[in-house]
Amino acid sequence: MNDTATASLGIPRPALAKWLPRAEAVAIPLAALICGLVVFSLFLLTQGKSPIEFYALIYKAGFSTAFSWQNTLSRVAPLLFAGLCVALPARLGLVVIGGEGAIALGGLAAAVLGASMAGASPLIGLPIMFAGAALVGGAWIGAVGWLRIRRGVNETIASLLMAYIAIALMNHLVEGPFRDPASLNKPSTAPLTDALRVGDMPIGVEVHWGFAFGVLACVISWLLMDRTTLGFAARIAGDNIRAAQVQGLPVGKLVIGFTALGGAFAGLAGFFEVTAIHGAANASLVAGYGYTGILVAFLARHNPLAIIPVATLLAGFEASSGLIQRRMDLPDATILVMEGIVFVVILLSETLYGRLPVFNPRFWETRA
Amino acid sequence: MSHEPALPTGAIGVEAVSMTMRFGDFTALDAVTINIRPGTFHALLGENGAGKSTLVKCIMGFYHATSGGVLVDGHDARIKDPVDAQKLGLGMVYQHFTLVPSLTGAENLVISRADAPGVIPWRQERARLDGFLDRMPFRVPLDQPVNRLSAGEKQKLEILKQLYLGSRFLILDEPTSVLTPAEADEVLGHVRGLCSAGQISVLMISHKFREVTQFADDVSVLRRGKLAGGGAVSDLTHADMARMMMGEETERRELSRTLTNGETVLALHAVQASDRSGLKSIAIDDLQVRAGEILGVAGVSGNGQTELMEILTGQRRLTGGTISVKDAPYHATRREARDLRVRYLPEEPLYNACAPRMSVAENLAFRLFDIGTDGKPRIWKNSRAILDNAASRIAEFKVKTTSPHSPISALSGGNVQRAVLARELTGDVDLLVVANPCFGLDFAAVAAIRDRLIEARNSGVAVLLISEDLDEILELSDRIVVMSEGRIAFETSAAAANTAEIGSYMAGHA
Repeated sequence: MNDTATASLGIPRPALAKWLPRAEAVAIPLAALICGLVVFSLFLLTQGKSPIEFYALIYKAGFSTAFSWQNTLSRVAPLLFAGLCVALPARLGLVVIGGEGAIALGGLAAAVLGASMAGASPLIGLPIMFAGAALVGGAWIGAVGWLRIRRGVNETIASLLMAYIAIALMNHLVEGPFRDPASLNKPSTAPLTDALRVGDMPIGVEVHWGFAFGVLACVISWLLMDRTTLGFAARIAGDNIRAAQVQGLPVGKLVIGFTALGGAFAGLAGFFEVTAIHGAANASLVAGYGYTGILVAFLARHNPLAIIPVATLLAGFEASSGLIQRRMDLPDATILVMEGIVFVVILLSETLYGRLPVFNPRFWETRA
Repeated sequence: MSHEPALPTGAIGVEAVSMTMRFGDFTALDAVTINIRPGTFHALLGENGAGKSTLVKCIMGFYHATSGGVLVDGHDARIKDPVDAQKLGLGMVYQHFTLVPSLTGAENLVISRADAPGVIPWRQERARLDGFLDRMPFRVPLDQPVNRLSAGEKQKLEILKQLYLGSRFLILDEPTSVLTPAEADEVLGHVRGLCSAGQISVLMISHKFREVTQFADDVSVLRRGKLAGGGAVSDLTHADMARMMMGEETERRELSRTLTNGETVLALHAVQASDRSGLKSIAIDDLQVRAGEILGVAGVSGNGQTELMEILTGQRRLTGGTISVKDAPYHATRREARDLRVRYLPEEPLYNACAPRMSVAENLAFRLFDIGTDGKPRIWKNSRAILDNAASRIAEFKVKTTSPHSPISALSGGNVQRAVLARELTGDVDLLVVANPCFGLDFAAVAAIRDRLIEARNSGVAVLLISEDLDEILELSDRIVVMSEGRIAFETSAAAANTAEIGSYMAGHA
């Protein structure tokens, strides 16, 4: 075969080398997702439940009608932000799993700032709350990056433990200094005035603005990673830190910057939870979005654009949990079991990259 | 049940007879015969890649020699694996420690036995150990975790472990490379004593002539897989051994050198840093490289060359001194490297200079992705420019790749090196820092890469070449310095270079 030869199917060799890795990046997670759902079906069978009924209910509750789509989309926003909080540091080779803490503190910051500006116009108040939430979340996860690069502390452990600290801190502040005396059963910050609430998008469905901002954040992150020189430098550092150092790239600043950006997005998840859903900061902020975000990011291979469909899928799963609970008499945690099984299979599938001959250009050449 | 194993004791002789080992087309050992007489201390000398490790691995059964055999105690021995070797009384002490750091010395000894019982009766074992230690000429604290022992104590424990396991012939692979000179002398003194007492025979791989003269009875020298010479140590001078190691006159390829030296480009002044272990220090008082010259830094691996490279690339912090490039202070930031036109070619480029999962085109763009054609910083990546650059670099440097989109890790070693060379030599370069550029490459790739380095030199680039391959240094350099123990031990012009003299400085002996 000479240099200009084409492989079978008439596809030029360079195109194969370009597209096969992309096909691999889609096919393997998809196959892993399906495998995970099959394994979960076995779990359902051991419980004497029908997997077919289960998946039919997910479809029905999450994706079948305009109403179920609305139900799903209204849950996507925090998963988009939480997924970015994992995916951005991951491109630098860091496994950060503490987004939950940044969500809690970001939400608290938004609520406290909002409560202190009770009479303010939304044009002034909301941007301040938005910035405050992003800043607090960014500082929290940025600190994890700083510990990693300057002190050699494992970022996975540090972020997880800091999430516990953040949640405890939020609970303390909500039950103590920032508690609204009127909140009796559920300690909360003072409720936001209607002017400082974020409403639904004017498109005829009840989906709040967080969805649009989350999608925007994914697109911006993708542009940053794939289209800017900064993202290029980050990818070098993430793939081989020694090579990045020899190139004189500011590895420390890149790590701290990208962890902080991820944390800022998680903080925004908290901002939208408070301003669009709860109207105040309280224990409801800790709903596990930060942890589902880990699964979102890994299923999306840390590709910010892929986070959008993956987060939507998982939001559909979570939207159906109530219906499944009622119809199939399964506990709420069943969805967690499913997510856990899928996650384990996804992690296992990481070992397959580069090993399947179908995704090697040579496989196609030898068939010519 | 504890019973004293009825192992025979006393030194045994080992002879490797006409040992040949081929890896594919490459002959690592070519009909090497060496004889270690019972109760003697035998040194095995040779440069990196001369075949020393291959030879001892064949003796120990890690490798199966292509032809030739081993005689143990005069009998033909079939050694399929290291377990067989152990049964015959052959043991090996590795360059790096193989003890479990968190266990005590006593625990390490007992668990190393092949027949250690599932439940260990510590009282009996301890009594046996004490009895064993009473017969040994030196002691090591056995009740402390190994990680609290000094390097010298650990090395002694490694040797004790071999004796405890019943080894009567010991191979020591550069046993003193991690020891201070005083520790080295003590450990080797004990080994020497055990030989003289007729308890063991020893084959020691070494680079250090001083240790050979001081402790060994006999020496064998390997060069490029062949036995280059040997004999009784008392009959040989350091110069004799150096000549055997390096070969007589290396034939030098005619490389046209067209330019004379220009201004000083790189200058290191009183530079200090700690080494990898953190125990020793690197201290370079004065090192200068001028435009249009190749300065070769020779030295045995582990004498501070890796650290020197890390200092120059900004990966290792200076604890003192200054580096300047063209009289401007230099800290290896991206900005400085670009403004002062400094480029690097680290050793093992896939490991040190590439992002393996990124594409060939992206790897070729590391130097230019963040500046535009106008020299201003860019925010948006220019994918078109990255691909265009890749196309011309791949053609110009003849990089063989399926496509510019292939991950660079899919390329062969020579092509990775060509790609990195293409990246680093494109554009205006004033200083090129190179480490072991031809390590692990085939003949054609080596020639091509050396030609590029000479070409760069002729066009006025200052080249600092750090290499463990003395032939490479001799072939390429205009001026040579020798690094030993983290310092510049010797300097000579290439024209006046004397192989034996360089060799003796490399071996840490002036």
